[in-house]
Amino acid sequence: MTALVARFRHCYPGFGLDVDVRLPARGVTALFGPSGSGKTTLLRLIAGLEKAADGYLTVGGAVWQDANHFVATHVRPLGYVFQDARLFPHLDVQRNLEYGLRRVPPASRRVSLDGVIDLLGIGPLMHRKPDRLSGGERQRVAIARALAVSPSLLLMDEPLAALDQARKQEVLPYLERLHDALEIPVVYVSHSIDEVARLADHLLVLDAGRVSAQGTPAELMARDDLHLARGDEIGSLIEATVASHDDAYQLTDVVFPGGRVSLPRQAAAVGERVRIRIMARDVSLTLAAQTGTSIINILLARVTRIAEAGPSQSLVALDLGGTAILARVTRKSVDALGLNPGLAVHAQIKGVAIL
Amino acid sequence: MFSAANLAAIVLTLKLASVVTLLLLLIGTPIAWWLANTRSWLKPPVEAVVALPFVLPPSVLGFYLLVSMGPNGPVGHVTQALGLGTLPFTFAGLVVGSVFYSLPFVVQPIQNAFAAIGPGLLEAAATLRARPWDRFATVALPLARPGFVTAAVLGFAHTVGEFGVVLMVGGNIPGRTQVVSVQIYDHVEALEYAQAHELAIVLMAFSFATLLLLYAVNRRVAALGA
Repeated sequence: MTALVARFRHCYPGFGLDVDVRLPARGVTALFGPSGSGKTTLLRLIAGLEKAADGYLTVGGAVWQDANHFVATHVRPLGYVFQDARLFPHLDVQRNLEYGLRRVPPASRRVSLDGVIDLLGIGPLMHRKPDRLSGGERQRVAIARALAVSPSLLLMDEPLAALDQARKQEVLPYLERLHDALEIPVVYVSHSIDEVARLADHLLVLDAGRVSAQGTPAELMARDDLHLARGDEIGSLIEATVASHDDAYQLTDVVFPGGRVSLPRQAAAVGERVRIRIMARDVSLTLAAQTGTSIINILLARVTRIAEAGPSQSLVALDLGGTAILARVTRKSVDALGLNPGLAVHAQIKGVAIL
Repeated sequence: MFSAANLAAIVLTLKLASVVTLLLLLIGTPIAWWLANTRSWLKPPVEAVVALPFVLPPSVLGFYLLVSMGPNGPVGHVTQALGLGTLPFTFAGLVVGSVFYSLPFVVQPIQNAFAAIGPGLLEAAATLRARPWDRFATVALPLARPGFVTAAVLGFAHTVGEFGVVLMVGGNIPGRTQVVSVQIYDHVEALEYAQAHELAIVLMAFSFATLLLLYAVNRRVAALGA
């Protein structure tokens, strides 16, 4: 089911945007790409904060922009979370939250303010002014304020980008709760592969104002031809299930099609779904099974593709038997091991991150 | 304490400054809003015109106002056609002259306050269902309040303190156009130094108190904002 159809063509000084996309009606769609790729511009066009010379936009069947109509931002039933929160400095948290709510007719209110306050854990902040909030609190209030208008579409422009690592970790769980609790489709702009891996159901990659790929994060992250994550950041995202816990060594085993890996003890219960990420730089390859190694995650794999990744490096795409991962090795090793598509190898995984 | 003539001049001055300040806030706010937000090529010329009183001798401004509002001037034709007579040497003429002369003192603080708010918060208000007027009233106006306070105080004080334009446009008619600054000049011409001193000290004290208040309030606002 399609929630959003957007076609925009517009020339900005030094930059052109030309996109034609359909986004699903459910879940989180991430707009991903390097700075200057047009992510934020696309989001602003969807919100009507900018007007493309040539644009067509429907959301849930309603036309927001075509050749003859342009629905003003304040009439569009959307919620928008800005990178810099943009709370009204002269109003306290409560009145910031009520600002949008009061302008929505009671018949159109579907989201309960108390529920939103609860979901984002901002109850104790209600009577503070924005300048008395931390960066993470500000962003949580901004998200709550956007949700309070009962939007049919939630647009989020890098809501975590302005926060340091600790604040990011503070806000991310709320975003995940949101993802699970809300029926509203979300368009989420990000240039962080970590956020995309944790939050997105659907991924749209933008490059120089054009869509260069789209699909599920797992599909796209296993493809080595995308600049999803440049250099060191390239890796694979795997949907896995917690299989068992080892109390003696404090390890948790997770399984996925074609493999099983151990990682440090996790809080997740047996049977729970988790997303794990294996970085290409953490995977090395051997032809024969190794004994006497400290690495505990060794999986049998088949080489599917080899791509150059720099003057000395190659990326090797591997099939574990239903799951794709990437290994980054030197070109010298590719030749020394005689790596070729079809060859069976042992993939030694030095690190697995749970997301 | 004051002579009747001096008291009349003080009352007239306060009345003039109040009316002019009110009008300037009404006229200056849309001009300031437009200047703060426009990207039109007209912005620099309009800014230059508004700022002219900063550099022009008041006599030049007064001269042109006098000519244009006179019986043969373009403004004079309009006011006569409307049955209002001509404006020079009337209270209304003083008001018009003072509005022009004090305009930059009101427009610039408001324009700076609007510019400092930036488009970001207004965009946020738009995504929260606020119409353009609603955004202006609930976001721009309250956040620009310190600018309005500065504008009103400066507009009022500057009108009280003007001399040249008033003399050119208003003349020196006791009770109708004779404001404090002109009255002082009159006293000095007539060698009534004691009378002149009585008014001059009042104006001096008023100006100092006004500026002191303005700087004290601005410092408090700056401290709150930090």
